[in-house]
Amino acid sequence: MCLAIPVLIKSIEDKEAEVEIGGIARRISLELTPEAKVGDYAIVHTGYAINILDQAEAAETLRLLEEIAAVGGEKS
Amino acid sequence: MKFITEFRRPELAEGLISQIHRESRTKARFMEFCGGHTVTIFRYGIRQALPKTLEMVSGPGCPVCVTANTDLDKVIALSRIPKVIITTFGDMLKVPGSRSSLEEAKASGADVRTVYSTTDALKIARENPDRSVVFLGIGFETTAPTVAASILKAKEAGMENYYVLAMHKLCPPAIRAILDSGETRLEGLICPGHVSVIIGAHPWESVAHDYHIPCVISGFEPLDILQAVSMLVAQVEKKEARVEIAYRRGVRPEGNPEALRIMDEVFEPGPAQWRGLGEIDNSGLKLRSKYQRFDAELALDIVTEPPQEPQGCLCGEILRGVSSPLDCPLFGKTCTPERPVGPCMVSSEGSCSAYYLYGGSLGG
Repeated sequence: MCLAIPVLIKSIEDKEAEVEIGGIARRISLELTPEAKVGDYAIVHTGYAINILDQAEAAETLRLLEEIAAVGGEKS
Repeated sequence: MKFITEFRRPELAEGLISQIHRESRTKARFMEFCGGHTVTIFRYGIRQALPKTLEMVSGPGCPVCVTANTDLDKVIALSRIPKVIITTFGDMLKVPGSRSSLEEAKASGADVRTVYSTTDALKIARENPDRSVVFLGIGFETTAPTVAASILKAKEAGMENYYVLAMHKLCPPAIRAILDSGETRLEGLICPGHVSVIIGAHPWESVAHDYHIPCVISGFEPLDILQAVSMLVAQVEKKEARVEIAYRRGVRPEGNPEALRIMDEVFEPGPAQWRGLGEIDNSGLKLRSKYQRFDAELALDIVTEPPQEPQGCLCGEILRGVSSPLDCPLFGKTCTPERPVGPCMVSSEGSCSAYYLYGGSLGG
């Protein structure tokens, strides 16, 4: 039930954002994320952005996982 | 899909799996609290990819599954009150209460409407001023702020026909109840990702400390789960018990301050009934006195009969991590997703449903 997905914020108007979920345009509430900006990826749960995805952290996690995969490759 | 498919890359999964195999020496049993994690683990065959030293057990992190029959019976009684419209997330429809499900109540004339968001419930309330519109407040800390936000909106707009049946539950007290019972030996916890988006890492720190158990907050893609398992293994091998975040793109240590503020404005902690765990102090959320006029339980006259539990159903034991769905005499026989007896088979995030859909022979 806590399903939430990252979606791109295309525009913002009056505490609501226009996003696309599965190819369908939707409006989501930004009541819980007043810091949201156009171009952010919001983590959306039941029509509300519950947080703004940290894109730098996402890149850093992937870099770390690539390092782990490289180590595994060398040893096997 | 950006920020989804990158976290499913097979070559990175292989790297994490071989790291886990290299590093895991000590036998350990990890609980994934969240039903969403259970689904990822089964869908991607993560249990089979792990070394024999590690065992995964599913926890009670499915809000529909832990809703007690006393609450389900209230919902169904509520739906039968004239001029009431029930608005709910779809997950609740098929869950059997003591004598009927909401879907059966709907078939016999109750006005039950499935919504995607509390904003839809508010819209239905605006369009039906002569009816009482009740939103079923089921869910954990992830969902509770969205319900609190809807109550603030209703107050601001002066709406007098919008109510919430507050049945929200809080995750850390449930984990404590499981650890306190001593029924299940656990060496690590995969903490719920989207609950932690709201509450942050801090509430888990006292759990890690008090029970000396490693806690890792995970996201919902296969790489997130594997990274969390790898972090738990590292802590187990070093005999540490800390909180770590394996979902840094989503979870900040302090959580979402605005969501916490709104939740705290509207709700206060109170006791809640959990299926399988019984009543747990301060594990639920009730409306604060200044928002009590939105409380469906106070505003409407809900009359229920004493609850009944289905004979032979092991949902309670399964939710505590004490039994596996395969131990249940009803599993796959009288209890299937088409004709569920217990809620763990109804919800797509329930353990029984995951075992049924992705192969019971895999788990244990």
